[in-house]
Amino acid sequence: MMILFYSLSFLAVYVQVFLLVTFFEHRKEIFIRGEDITLENYPTVTIIVPCYNEEKTVSLTIDSLLSLNYPTEKLRIIVVDDGSRDNTWEVLKKYISNERITLLKKKNGGKHTALNLGLEHTTSEFVGCLDSDSSVHPEALKRIMTFFKDSKTMAVAPSIVVRDPKNLIQYAQRAEYDMAHYTKKMLAFLQGIHVTPGPFSIFRKKVFDEIGNYRKSHHTEDQEIALRMHKNGLKIDHCPDAYVYTSSPNTVPKLYKQRVRWIYGFIKNATDYRDLFFKPEYGTIGFFTLPSGFISIAGTVVLLVFALSRLYHFIFNKILQVKAVGFPSVFGTNFSFDPFFINTRTFLFISIILYILVIAALLNGRRMIYGRKMLSWDIPVFILVYSVIAPFWLVKACWNVLTSHEASWTLERDYLLGKTKSP
Amino acid sequence: MKNDWSKYIIVLFITMALFAVAAGLSNFFSNKKVENMRTIQDKLATDILSSETQYTLLSELSCEQDVENENLSSELNDLANKINDSESNLKGNSDVTELKRYYSVLEIKDYLLTKKINQKCKGTLIPLLYFYTTANNCTECVKQGYVLTELREKYPGLRVYSFDYSLDLSALKALIKIYKISDTKLPAVVINEHTYTGFKTVEEIEKIEPAIIKLLPKPTISDIKTTSKTIKK
Repeated sequence: MMILFYSLSFLAVYVQVFLLVTFFEHRKEIFIRGEDITLENYPTVTIIVPCYNEEKTVSLTIDSLLSLNYPTEKLRIIVVDDGSRDNTWEVLKKYISNERITLLKKKNGGKHTALNLGLEHTTSEFVGCLDSDSSVHPEALKRIMTFFKDSKTMAVAPSIVVRDPKNLIQYAQRAEYDMAHYTKKMLAFLQGIHVTPGPFSIFRKKVFDEIGNYRKSHHTEDQEIALRMHKNGLKIDHCPDAYVYTSSPNTVPKLYKQRVRWIYGFIKNATDYRDLFFKPEYGTIGFFTLPSGFISIAGTVVLLVFALSRLYHFIFNKILQVKAVGFPSVFGTNFSFDPFFINTRTFLFISIILYILVIAALLNGRRMIYGRKMLSWDIPVFILVYSVIAPFWLVKACWNVLTSHEASWTLERDYLLGKTKSP
Repeated sequence: MKNDWSKYIIVLFITMALFAVAAGLSNFFSNKKVENMRTIQDKLATDILSSETQYTLLSELSCEQDVENENLSSELNDLANKINDSESNLKGNSDVTELKRYYSVLEIKDYLLTKKINQKCKGTLIPLLYFYTTANNCTECVKQGYVLTELREKYPGLRVYSFDYSLDLSALKALIKIYKISDTKLPAVVINEHTYTGFKTVEEIEKIEPAIIKLLPKPTISDIKTTSKTIKK
């Protein structure tokens, strides 16, 4: 058990050091642009908004797209109602007279089918997607388009920020997204991004013409398309100052459902694209990104088993103590502290090193978003909440992989919106 | 994109260096703990030697002089707790095993001295020998340990000497032989030269040796005041 723990800890530290070294190598290339950007030319762009039961948020999404600082004649919006059972279509009708917006309605078939319908109606040079629970910064599109100056760049991922966090679960997610921001940018430097997120990743349209449209892909089509691009040698970049604000799950069960789907999708997609692993021609994605994903899953599961075995041992001893001397003696007021009894085994110091590296990643992520390193309560909340909950969704996702139990995006949306009791 | 192999190797060395730092820190603090235990042990050895010398000097004259070192119990307990903790947290550390052996010898020496004082001068300390094992999963031994800790706290005059049955120590083996302790009947306690095997509760031990009840600490003035206030109410 300890050998497994040390091996996985070694790999986890290795991953974080690798990212940190990358950060120091490229720190001068990380920027936030405050000034107005003028592009040499403004290519045509289509943004597809797939929606399912989003009557409350879809207007915010579309209005933010209409407010993008981009020539109006170059930007087209296609909204696809994927068979919503609420008033989404009625809400959408108010945009019917807007020439920049095309409204489409279809029978429910899942997010990838809505995106593909949008792609069929796309004639522009560039195409992107924006989930109907997200909104964009007015400069986001122009900032992203600057990355396409490199003719090899085929897709650019944005920086996703949690919108208006209101409780501990959402504050924890904000910290997590900040860290993901850092990780994604470092992976971009290494050309190893493994996901082009649903909220506002922009592609050259020819990507889909060459390698095909979206696939169902275990309800994580944004991961699959990125892996397919790597398989075909297409470059993905990341724009650190293209902010997309997304609503995040506000309860533990909702977050749990979402993450089970994500992790399940990651394992299944990575398995589907196992050819990418450890092949020099695919570079970082096969040697670093995908293996590090599995390391973090395995590490967290082992940590859970370790923590549970310690908990079992503690409870077992307390029960023995109660049986031996009775309840009051065990939970009496006799308490003394002696630093001698602080555990000083190697794994304690390795855990401290790992936590320091994670906090450094968080702070770097925050600096990349907000322009300066800021300590915040989000960080301890993130460490506390995720240390307790994350192992469970990882275990559940692994269990679902073993039992081939696939989550549903549509049912998850219903659950998030409180329209069904369980996805 | 081509992999930058030199970076993979540099990161490997940095990670190994970080692990070496973690192992070094752990080793540093472990040595500090061993040093701490050795200091306590040296003090204990000196205290026992001092008690023995005091006993030899005074025993021929009278029993009025106090040769019982009351602090020794708490020192013995403190060291026992630290050795137990180190056994599980500093696994494989030969210093800990050596400390444990030395500690057991000190316990035997103190036990013999306490017995002598009791025989000659009617001392107020009651010695109790406790044999346990760490060789196999002895949950009864763990329970017995909790009972003895409870008794020790309740009766400060009760001096518990704990011995790991599996420890390779000739003096301990002699003790085991004298009291006919068998490894299949652990835990075992020896009170007043009688061996009792199997788990014994607080009440059972109080019944076996009613004299320990007399060891209850005398109430202090503040205790008396609190009690009288309660009665008035």
